Amino acid sequence: MTYDKRLDGRKFDELRPIEAKAGVIPNAVGSAWFKIGKTEAYATVYGPRELYPRFLQDPSCGRLRCSYNMMPFSGAGDRVRPGQNRRSKEISMVTDKALLPVVDLNDYPNAVVDVFIELPQTDAGSRCAGICAASIALADAGIPMKDLVSAVSVGLVDGKLVIDLDYQEEAYDKGGVADIPIAMIPSTGEITLLQMDGEISKEQLLEGIDMVKGAMDNIKEIQVKALKDKYNTSDKSE
Amino acid sequence: MIKVNNEFKNYLQNSLFKNVRIDGRGLLDFRDVTIESGVSSTAEGSARVKIGETEVIAGVKMEVATPYPDRPEDGSIMVNAEFLPMASPDFEPGPPGIAAIELSRVVDRGIRESGAIDLKKLLIKKGEKCWMLIIDVCMINNDGNLLDASALAAIAALKDAKFPKYENDELDYKTKTDKGVELAKIPIAVTVVKVGDSYLVDCGIDEEKNLDARLTITSTEEGTICSLQKGGDAPLTKEDISKMFDIALEKAKLLRGFL
Repeated sequence: MTYDKRLDGRKFDELRPIEAKAGVIPNAVGSAWFKIGKTEAYATVYGPRELYPRFLQDPSCGRLRCSYNMMPFSGAGDRVRPGQNRRSKEISMVTDKALLPVVDLNDYPNAVVDVFIELPQTDAGSRCAGICAASIALADAGIPMKDLVSAVSVGLVDGKLVIDLDYQEEAYDKGGVADIPIAMIPSTGEITLLQMDGEISKEQLLEGIDMVKGAMDNIKEIQVKALKDKYNTSDKSE
Repeated sequence: MIKVNNEFKNYLQNSLFKNVRIDGRGLLDFRDVTIESGVSSTAEGSARVKIGETEVIAGVKMEVATPYPDRPEDGSIMVNAEFLPMASPDFEPGPPGIAAIELSRVVDRGIRESGAIDLKKLLIKKGEKCWMLIIDVCMINNDGNLLDASALAAIAALKDAKFPKYENDELDYKTKTDKGVELAKIPIAVTVVKVGDSYLVDCGIDEEKNLDARLTITSTEEGTICSLQKGGDAPLTKEDISKMFDIALEKAKLLRGFL
């Protein structure tokens, strides 16, 4: 048996519907909201601000500190216990690495730029949604950047390559599943986040990367539009 | 953000004396209130409440648990507040601080003591299985009065909640039933604040940081008080409390209208 039709009826290279907004949290220096299917992420940027404890400070440049957190009711199953766990710490760390190549913090010695990613609801792909939101929020905060970062997952469901897996595809039990979240700098095609669980061949992985590359323009366009819309006052007066 | 500072406090007191607030509102005016239900598909019930620029999201999760040994015929409810660092530059990551603990306990008491939820109806099998309703309130943006917003969001989320399917000892979160949570009462919390000799409601962040005393009064439709919490450093007289009661009951009617 093969996976010849996706569970939610999408085409194999079709993303779920995406929406994004910039400047949604008034208290933050920069903020964004990003929704893909039923996965929803807020990202807020505070800083650059002085970093404490002081031994963490770097006099040569500022630091980026990302934190990924699921709201307690945002999981598909039982309540997620509040606070950091091993999973959220790891995702925070890889999110950091995914964004760092595009931000320039040389002008902020001894400072930290905090990025808080919060998820009110998830349906797989939450770290990718978090990264998309975070890069809009960093741009909204006016942090110097050479590009945005866009992210989406690609995967193998029972031998078939598909983009942007949702939870029911991730949990597909009639065949093997591989899930590969990928973050990319759209203008260069460089990959800043790559993780996987499951089994895949080299050829399939490379094909999967091309599939993500093909979706980058689409995602970046929505991110850029979110930033532009914030300053489009004619829309707001409606 | 304005920290406690005598000059500002004098300015605040003088302008309040003339019935003027920093943002131009009257002393007993709420900012715009909006409630939106069903904002999180993974929660069994959820709601977003905005009061001015203050924004919170409450979500209800329902789990099947074992009743407490001393209450074998009761289910249970729990309220937790998350002061997410995204909501304010003053909130830090880590376990709940005292403000978050106080807030969640005041919201919990309002729901519990009003008798809004009959815990007996949450029982599945005596001494063995019961529903546990966990209400998590997450702060999205803090511009003051998180408490009133959170209590309102908690009740709105409970109203929105539907039990998931539970059959043959198996809980299926994906399938929601038509069965909602029966709410016998709707408790509404209103915090009345005293600055100098003035009383005000729905404080913004700068007013909150300079308050002398506050009293959170939770009441039901009939005007019964089901929970109280005094805060702030200054004492209150009996006359203060009497006036604050009248204000809170009046404002509770207003907030009730948004549900």
